[in-house]
Amino acid sequence: MQTLTPILSTVTAAFLASFVEVVEAFTIVLAVGVTRSWRPALTGAALALALLAALVLVFGPLLALVPITVLQFVVGVLLILFGMRWLRKAILRSVGVVALHDEEAAFSKETATLNQQANDRRADYLAGLASFKAVLLEGVEVVFIVIAVGAAHGQTLYASLGALAAFVLVMAIGLAVHRPLARVPENALKFVVGLMLTSFGIFWTGEGIGADWPGADLALLAIFAIVALASLAMVRWLRGTYPVSAGGLAR
Amino acid sequence: MSVIRFVAKEFLGMFVDDGNLALLALVLVAAVAAAVKLLALPPLLGGALLLVGCLAILLQSVRRAARGTKR
Repeated sequence: MQTLTPILSTVTAAFLASFVEVVEAFTIVLAVGVTRSWRPALTGAALALALLAALVLVFGPLLALVPITVLQFVVGVLLILFGMRWLRKAILRSVGVVALHDEEAAFSKETATLNQQANDRRADYLAGLASFKAVLLEGVEVVFIVIAVGAAHGQTLYASLGALAAFVLVMAIGLAVHRPLARVPENALKFVVGLMLTSFGIFWTGEGIGADWPGADLALLAIFAIVALASLAMVRWLRGTYPVSAGGLAR
Repeated sequence: MSVIRFVAKEFLGMFVDDGNLALLALVLVAAVAAAVKLLALPPLLGGALLLVGCLAILLQSVRRAARGTKR
């Protein structure tokens, strides 16, 4: 159980976080492919994936040179910052302070931009660049998540498998229905991912400063439960104290 | 070069949305780490302080954002 807990939580965190990012990248690539043509869309995406692979190949082996407690501390602190940012936004979206992310709207916006550029001589180049940027940006987040949730416990392979499963699933669903995955409950996913990454961050930063958590890896579940209960209490309290009449500010 | 700058900017944006939240979290981690390493605070107590502190910082951040929203 104590070895299964970190493996399951690592795979789940990498899968859920990557799922959100892949959906966002897929939306833009799909918009480019449908509006312009598939050649610049796939070329841009492939170039971005190649650059991401190069980043992993260059920086991945360097992590093996860092002492494990230092790695846990640094990765833990980065995960606290990263996870709390997601959690904050998810809480604010849940109470209506920040508008929900809309993949249909993102798709329409990208399509409109590409249509405006249709007569430009560089239209293919601009379309490919849009695809490249989308995949690179979301991909950098996926790479960080995989390295962060995997490296501190030597489970990069499991984290990679979680991310790969998310990629395959989004591609399969997206190509089957051929439209942006607008029905994905993105804020709920982001809420859970924010909870998981924040919990990982607190757990590893604690290990990095020398804490022997009671129950070893099982403490991760307890930390997750405490962070989840506190966050849900915040949502409930904010809804009661600061009721929002409009749909929130788009961010 | 602009691609590298672009990626670096986006990478920083991955960690910092509300600057106040990021700063307070870093101060909390630094204070707890210093208390454990320099003042012999038990590490487990340090871990517990991290948990409580992160939740307090998160509460302060979402409360400030909710109060600042125009209604």
